[in-house]
Amino acid sequence: MLATIRQFFNDRGVLEVETPLLSHGIGTEPQLAFFSTEYYLYPDKETLFLQTSPEFAMKRLLAAGSGSIYQISKAFRQGESGRFHNPEFSLLEWYRTGFDLFQLMTEIELLIHTLFAAQGTLRKTLVTTYRAVFEHYTGLNPLLFSKADYADYAAQNGLADAILICADSHALWLDFIFSHRVQPNLGQQGLCMVHGFPACQSSLARVNAENSAVADRVEIFIQGVELGNGFYELTDAVEQERRFDREIAYRRRNGLPNVDKDRRFLDALVSGLPDCSGMAIGLDRLLMLLTGADAIDQVLAFPIARA
Amino acid sequence: MASYSTNEFKGGLKVMLDNDPCAIIENEFVKPGKGQAFSRVKIRNLKTGRVIERTFKSGESLESADVVDIEMQYLYNDGQFRHFMVPDTFEQYQADEKAVGDAGLWLKDQDMCTVTLWNDAPLAVVPANFVELAITETDPGVRGDTSGGGGKPAKLESGAVVRVPLFVQSGEMIKVDTRTGEYVSRVKE
Repeated sequence: MLATIRQFFNDRGVLEVETPLLSHGIGTEPQLAFFSTEYYLYPDKETLFLQTSPEFAMKRLLAAGSGSIYQISKAFRQGESGRFHNPEFSLLEWYRTGFDLFQLMTEIELLIHTLFAAQGTLRKTLVTTYRAVFEHYTGLNPLLFSKADYADYAAQNGLADAILICADSHALWLDFIFSHRVQPNLGQQGLCMVHGFPACQSSLARVNAENSAVADRVEIFIQGVELGNGFYELTDAVEQERRFDREIAYRRRNGLPNVDKDRRFLDALVSGLPDCSGMAIGLDRLLMLLTGADAIDQVLAFPIARA
Repeated sequence: MASYSTNEFKGGLKVMLDNDPCAIIENEFVKPGKGQAFSRVKIRNLKTGRVIERTFKSGESLESADVVDIEMQYLYNDGQFRHFMVPDTFEQYQADEKAVGDAGLWLKDQDMCTVTLWNDAPLAVVPANFVELAITETDPGVRGDTSGGGGKPAKLESGAVVRVPLFVQSGEMIKVDTRTGEYVSRVKE
């Protein structure tokens, strides 16, 4: 699998890079918990973070003029353990300068089909929008938050717990309903690519130029498993800083650990991130699908409980 | 009382949910890459036996339920309650028909069974997987018919009715699988 991936990017002139796993900066994303550690360099002491993804460092390389790059690395996420999660996992992340989201999606499909060629289980790729797929499986409009409609749906579809958990948060409601009633259906025939996420779930993607209600973000699924996330990358430093501030405020309100904005990353955006699209794919889950394993522990030499 | 967070949920854990004691069957960690983490839990209500699916936000917790399974000997039925005893301590418990449920159809004096206690009171009774009971009533046997086909209903000393092969006679002891309610074999005295 790793050899095929390296061959794929080598053939396309994409440069393999390596960035630090241990770094001064970390993302503000409230849903991503991180590992931190103390760095002693007598007489100084500072806090360093194990990276939840190599995104910031890779974007700093892009801003410095690297051109298209890819990386196969470890990433660390605190508290994530389950059938599809291990706190330390492998990630393929790549950025293509000059690509918009659809050019990126074409490349994703090609890569996935190259990887699954020998296995022959993937049939037709389905490209759809978040709105279309959400409406198809639930009848709800994901772009227009109506607490009453969402709560009615939840009560009638065995998801009554959502009403208390999600309360007035549109994003939480979408996470809840999507992961329970939409995602399990996706990619049962072949690769499923969902784009046009609601703007409240834009993460580090641009808001769509024609429709500000959606973001240029794509997620891919096979057999109901979320494999990866891609963005037409936000290059606007001011907007990026505003999102950081919003997430830091959210962290404060919800008693989550405080995070400082990654200045070096923001400076890189100010100096100019080229127009680009980027994608990250969880390699352990990919290996699960390639081998037919039904738990991530089966594809890890030593899962966290035995590491 | 102790409580368990979603991270500690695993099969067999006994917790309180909506004021009822429940046993967790399965816990799945669900987390969109960029979203909220949930625990999707399959859980059995130990009072009703019903299995339901519930979702919790990661990090939420539930109180533990004081539920234990103990091997006990069935003593007798006084008409209102069934009485059980822990062989080691001679401690006795009485369970009403609601707690005993269908297990009552398989209970014979002196037999061992599993009694689930909640706050030290019987909540449920599970008979042994295999029990040996005498037939009290069945149609006369057909001599020479040793085939498994057909069969006839037979009433057992404990009250249960099972299908038995035609050659089995009233008064004989038979072995029954209580999980399926099916006849296994005759018991040689």
